[in-house]
Amino acid sequence: MAALLGSALKAGRFARAGVRLFCTNNAATPKITTHWSVLPRDKDSRWSDVDMERVSDEVDVCIVGAGPAGLSAAIRLKQLAQQQDKELRVLVLEKATEVGLHTLSGACLEPHALDELIPDWKDRGAPLHTPVTEDKFMFLTEKRAIPVPILPGLPMHNSGNYVVRLGNFVRWLGEQAEELEVEVYPGCPVTEVLYHEDGSVKGVATSDVGIGKDGAPKDSFERGMEFHSKVVIFAEGCHGHLAKQLYKNLDLRKNCEPQTYAIGLKELWEVDPAQHKPGKVEHTVGWPLDRMTYGGSFIYHLGEGEPLVAVGYVLGLDYSNPYISPFKEFQRWKHHPAVKPTFEGGKRIAYGARALNEGGFQSIPQLAFPGGCLIGCSPGFMNVPKIKGTHNAMKSGMICAEAIFDKLTDENLQSETQGVFVDDYEQRMKDSWVWKEIKSVRNVRPSFHSPLGLYGTLLYTGVFYYLFRGKEPWTFSHGGADYKRLKPASECTPIEYPKPDNKISFDLLSSVALSGTNHEGDQPAHLTLMNDEVPVNQNLGIYDGPEQRFCPAGVYEYVPMEDGKTMRLQINAQNCVHCKTCDIKDPSQNINWVTPEAGGGPAYNGM
Amino acid sequence: MWPIFDYGRFVSIISSSDVYGVVWMRSLAQLHKMANLRVLVGVKRVIDYAVKIRVKPDNSGVVTDGVKHSMNPFCEIAMEEAVRLKEKKLAKEIIAVSCGPAQAQETIRTALAMGADRGIHVEVTGKSIDGDNNQTGQMTAALLDWPQATFASEVTKENDHLKVVREIDGGLETVKVTLPAVITADLRLNEPRYATLPNIMKAKKKKIAKHKAADFGVDLTPTLEVVGVEDPPVRQAGQKVESTEELVAKLKDSGVV
Repeated sequence: MAALLGSALKAGRFARAGVRLFCTNNAATPKITTHWSVLPRDKDSRWSDVDMERVSDEVDVCIVGAGPAGLSAAIRLKQLAQQQDKELRVLVLEKATEVGLHTLSGACLEPHALDELIPDWKDRGAPLHTPVTEDKFMFLTEKRAIPVPILPGLPMHNSGNYVVRLGNFVRWLGEQAEELEVEVYPGCPVTEVLYHEDGSVKGVATSDVGIGKDGAPKDSFERGMEFHSKVVIFAEGCHGHLAKQLYKNLDLRKNCEPQTYAIGLKELWEVDPAQHKPGKVEHTVGWPLDRMTYGGSFIYHLGEGEPLVAVGYVLGLDYSNPYISPFKEFQRWKHHPAVKPTFEGGKRIAYGARALNEGGFQSIPQLAFPGGCLIGCSPGFMNVPKIKGTHNAMKSGMICAEAIFDKLTDENLQSETQGVFVDDYEQRMKDSWVWKEIKSVRNVRPSFHSPLGLYGTLLYTGVFYYLFRGKEPWTFSHGGADYKRLKPASECTPIEYPKPDNKISFDLLSSVALSGTNHEGDQPAHLTLMNDEVPVNQNLGIYDGPEQRFCPAGVYEYVPMEDGKTMRLQINAQNCVHCKTCDIKDPSQNINWVTPEAGGGPAYNGM
Repeated sequence: MWPIFDYGRFVSIISSSDVYGVVWMRSLAQLHKMANLRVLVGVKRVIDYAVKIRVKPDNSGVVTDGVKHSMNPFCEIAMEEAVRLKEKKLAKEIIAVSCGPAQAQETIRTALAMGADRGIHVEVTGKSIDGDNNQTGQMTAALLDWPQATFASEVTKENDHLKVVREIDGGLETVKVTLPAVITADLRLNEPRYATLPNIMKAKKKKIAKHKAADFGVDLTPTLEVVGVEDPPVRQAGQKVESTEELVAKLKDSGVV
């Protein structure tokens, strides 16, 4: 009886939603979304005479994303092909116009995977110039800093690791890949996954160009290109938009928890040489966040000649107060008396932001499916207490490459589907050191979700992790997706952030300018809304427009309309730095980030 | 600043940023009609226009290492105009040329993908960015003793010459130039096409000839030394006044009037 009632209610809701859809175009809400992924072109009369044929090309393995994982996979494939004298056409498609341009990370690199992939990396000039010499961890209160000892064995212990500029490292990896004759095509965002009739992945298609802001074709319109391959490796990094589609279409997440995330904001500073200590690694937790908001900072001193310091703030996206602004927390943290001296007399030279995955072990989806595999931060192998994911990302790429190579060179291969199912990739991952590592730290992050908050995590790491190294028989749950955690604005207190002083702390727009981000103005906004009505009605109405605060690039703004009373959402798509936070944290899950036209995005230099 | 050299029957103009020169094969071409135009387009790799420029700490120049570079937008426009001439069957060959470091070849590849037939790369070491000097086209024309039409916003063929509409401070000026000529592109000349992936892949087969300035007996010893590069002064906050009297009083106080 209850079930019948339930389904009747649901039906009623759908019917009401249907009616609402028809009534959507009321004059009050201006049209925002014009992207073809929301408004299909085959129903659009402006496209009826346009030839939508695409040129296609055949490759053996197609890799989406030229980051550490994607390039490691490409390099490993070609190494195996060379060793065993086999021909293999490997292609890497990257949305940035140069390899490394969209890469952003702390970063403190553990060379574990690099030592296995390219043992002579030092002779080949890999940009690992700064071994970590000092490790400091502090718990901050508003005025004081309490040092926390980092004993060897604790995940934050960094001996043997290097402070690197990951963008430069990725660029170097790209050069190694090209030396091995991997075809790398930067400036080619991938917009679509292609499927065979049997449902397996057939390949991918790159972005069309020359579509106007109103969604109509321009004179310069040209169709993207298709690449058909036996296997596609999806290496898009944290919260990739193609991976999002794959999870939905192929139900890859049915046996794992939803992914959880954090946003990382980063700046590069040219500091006063007196403050510069190459190899010094400093982390803080505590102020300015309260114990129920997960986050902390990093300060890494680079030793590459100039007195450069990489500094950043990571804030868990499971926060509940919609008034939180990760950017402003970062800016005000820099004024803490224990941290401020580093920046005094210095000059900020770069800024950027990116989401990171924190779900770890509990959130790993199915990794392989007919015609495709997921590697790197896309499925997510970051070791949260270590705050490192690059080595695991690289290793996953290498393992995937080995599994694919063995499958493709197997003469007796009989694939049930046209797209090859590399079924042993997942088992190889389970047998690897990556799995062991992330399994051992699986309980640290979720230990935050107790009334003790941050103190609970510190206690858990210090006691249980140190003693049991993850061998404890229980596994905590993350407790659900991040976007569900926001409380309505009426239940929360607005936060009074201090004004930036323009010497150590800065405003958002001048920061965005330092990211070098830009997009062709005359194109549909790539931050698409499934329903244009939802932002004002729900996001603003219930949560006071949290996207205005969590976007690190000022993309979202609620502005008054001409009548001065109603508000509308303005999307400044040109500012976007491709961090993916909005797609993750939107409480209505109405925002769908897709790749913009080729050429857009940040211009990070060694970030 | 950039020298020219005679290279057999083919006179090449080495230029940078906003130039495209129209070259005419000497004796043969005079017998043919316009359809035999060969177009030389200078393309330059510069710091991407959206990137914030940073002065080096020692004030010797601007940071270029690792910074995002792209083809100068005006070179894209010049390239587009050349490709349109070819599509209209007015030009028969487009050659893209760039003087610069090894990475200049990427810029030439983009030009090839847009429609150039072949490329010439003259390897010149040392850093360079777009100095916004607005001199290359003009100097080239002077050295060659060719007519020039700069800041072109429209180029049309009329019998045996070109009619060019130029953007000038007062509005628009129309000039007639005989060939061969040097033309420089302005923003409104056209909207460049994209270098799409299938064309980029095809362009890999097109040839880029590599040279050094010494191959042409050209001496690149600088005759100009950059003494220092500085940030522009920080803009001071303005003052708001309530009335004209107050304005005049403030101007008098500061000794301006």
